[in-house]
Amino acid sequence: MAITLSESAAAHVSNFIAKRGKGLGIRLGVKTSGCSGMAYKLEFVDVENPDDLFFESHGLRVYTDEKSLSYIDGTELDYVKEGLNEGFKFNNPNVKNECGCGESFNV
Amino acid sequence: MALLQIAEPGLSAAPHQHRNAIGIDLGTTNSLVATVRSGSATVLPDADGNCLLPSVVRYLDEAGQVAIGHVALTAISQDPINAIASVKRLMGRGLKDIGEAGALPYRFVDAPGMVQLQTRAGIKSPVEVSAEILRALKARAEDSLTGDLMGAVITVPAYFDDAQRQATKDAAQLAGINVLRLLNEPTAAAIAYGLDNGAEGIYVVYDLGGGTFDVSVLRLAKGVFEVLATSGDSALGGDDFDHRVYCWALEEAGLSGLSPGDARLLLSAARQAKEALSEHAHTRLSAVLQDGLLVDLALARDTFRDISRNLVQKTLLPVKKALRDAGIGADQVKGVVMVGGATRMPQIQQAVAEFFGQAPLNNLDPDKVVALGAAIQANLLAGNKQDEEWLLLDVIPLSLGIETMGGLTEKIIPRNSTIPVARAQEFTTFKDGQTAMSIHVLQGERELVSDCRSLARFTLRGIPPMVAGAARIRITFQVDADGLLSVSAREQTSGAAASIEVKPSYGLSDDDIGRMLSDSLAHVRDDIDARKLREAQVNAQGLIEATRSAIAADGDLLDASERNVIDTALTACEQACLGERTRDINEAVGRLNQVTEAFAARRMDRNIQRALKGQKIGEL
Repeated sequence: MAITLSESAAAHVSNFIAKRGKGLGIRLGVKTSGCSGMAYKLEFVDVENPDDLFFESHGLRVYTDEKSLSYIDGTELDYVKEGLNEGFKFNNPNVKNECGCGESFNV
Repeated sequence: MALLQIAEPGLSAAPHQHRNAIGIDLGTTNSLVATVRSGSATVLPDADGNCLLPSVVRYLDEAGQVAIGHVALTAISQDPINAIASVKRLMGRGLKDIGEAGALPYRFVDAPGMVQLQTRAGIKSPVEVSAEILRALKARAEDSLTGDLMGAVITVPAYFDDAQRQATKDAAQLAGINVLRLLNEPTAAAIAYGLDNGAEGIYVVYDLGGGTFDVSVLRLAKGVFEVLATSGDSALGGDDFDHRVYCWALEEAGLSGLSPGDARLLLSAARQAKEALSEHAHTRLSAVLQDGLLVDLALARDTFRDISRNLVQKTLLPVKKALRDAGIGADQVKGVVMVGGATRMPQIQQAVAEFFGQAPLNNLDPDKVVALGAAIQANLLAGNKQDEEWLLLDVIPLSLGIETMGGLTEKIIPRNSTIPVARAQEFTTFKDGQTAMSIHVLQGERELVSDCRSLARFTLRGIPPMVAGAARIRITFQVDADGLLSVSAREQTSGAAASIEVKPSYGLSDDDIGRMLSDSLAHVRDDIDARKLREAQVNAQGLIEATRSAIAADGDLLDASERNVIDTALTACEQACLGERTRDINEAVGRLNQVTEAFAARRMDRNIQRALKGQKIGEL
């Protein structure tokens, strides 16, 4: 399995990194918090950690760590517009429940 | 599920704890809102894709329903009294401050401190009108972001004084926006270009908007922007260029005496032609008038340049003045930032490039650059960036001081001090046995009190009687990060103290605004009525108090029957205030205003005479 970017997500990520002027890629992860147990982490990566894993998708590096991977393996990161709002969306096949707002989830 | 943005390393927000911050460019002609998404500053469009919100508010009915933006803009000619445009020019201004008041179509109500407008929804202050614009921008931002809004950075012109800044902040509070900071517009533009990241030197910001022209000279040193000088022309902007093209078209087509509808058609065709010439060397100006007559003219960029040449030159006068005031030569300027849609015109770009001997910075959209800079600053203040080697500071645009004997100003905080700042100075008594001291807080650069803006007055009492010059009174000025001032005075031997938070003397206190806000949240249904009523009451109480104090001070100017008429109107006003009928209150206020008019005129005459007398003594 792997973590992948949709075409739209890849285009936006590379644009954001270019505008930011630095960054090796992005990091997807999970941390425990939120009303439904776990929450996603989405950050720029400037420095690799020794225990990092990474996938290549559309020529971009998507970093994660082993613990997070068990919760988000198979995820496709998409970039969508909903009305005036726009941003990244985790299409995560492992999720069983998420809170009403979708900001935290359970596996 | 919720949509996420990419955070800086280690700064992912916990669920429902997004640090959403926005930047707002609250403009005279147009307003914008921007934010930083995944590290990139971006202007937020409305559902139709428009980034610019025309700064026009139209009151639709007595209940206070409003239309904002494009819809209100199109109604300006048919409903000029209730469709308020360019309200920014009125912020924090009294009727006397507005030189052009006679030329504006509004029904002005002269209120203490800030002018008010009579609309079909009742009397509105410029603060309330601006709050409607801010509310629309806030709603747009909330629709565009995941989670709650933490706060906003709102930009103001560098020359805005304390009263105008406070009015802007009050408008934001009324709109339910937490103001992270007020930021000078030229500073915001410089931030958008990243000039704060190390490029030290002198920069000029050339801001040609729809109806106003501002030029600022900034010095950036160690992460601090200092406003060295500002200048401008409050009646010069892109609209004047439209008008030149319009007049040219009238002449070319041999037209005269157009109906207002035809004039609008032709003017908008002129604007389109002007905009097309920023992209192309030739364009056509065409419009079908109401009687079916087709106007179709070819307009070349060179012709446009010729007919607008003196307008372009007119912008260079304030530029020269600002440079002269700053003591800077054009060749010492490190960069020129272009702001405002009108700077897209090639002849402007060229004139600026020739004047400064360098190409101006123009690769960001000049309409958006101020809002983008504000968003970057807001994102920083909200804590979304970590590597903060640069801490941006702003400076006080005008010196702050107090009045001393003889009508002179003593500066306590000089202009361009970085904020926040606190400064203290010691003063003493002037007469033997003096037990109180009146402290008059002023803002401005001039030596005479009458040339500076009066911000506040308060009195320090309880000074122990001593010979003149023996008391030691320490006066402390403190300015917070928004450029707002508090002043305290303390007699050192006795410890007698007094202080004031400088709230320019118009309208609403913090408590009033807070109450209006919380009440409107609690009772959404009758919110509008309740708000109107409370505003009417606050307004009426202000007038009652002002009248009372006027009578106490100068009651001898009234004869018994005049006094009787005013007393009756006062009582009626108080009675109306106790009731809940907004219309009754407003009527009573109108009546009281009317019957005190002659009295006010007489008081003013007396004050002028007093002032003249004072000067004579001073001269002796």
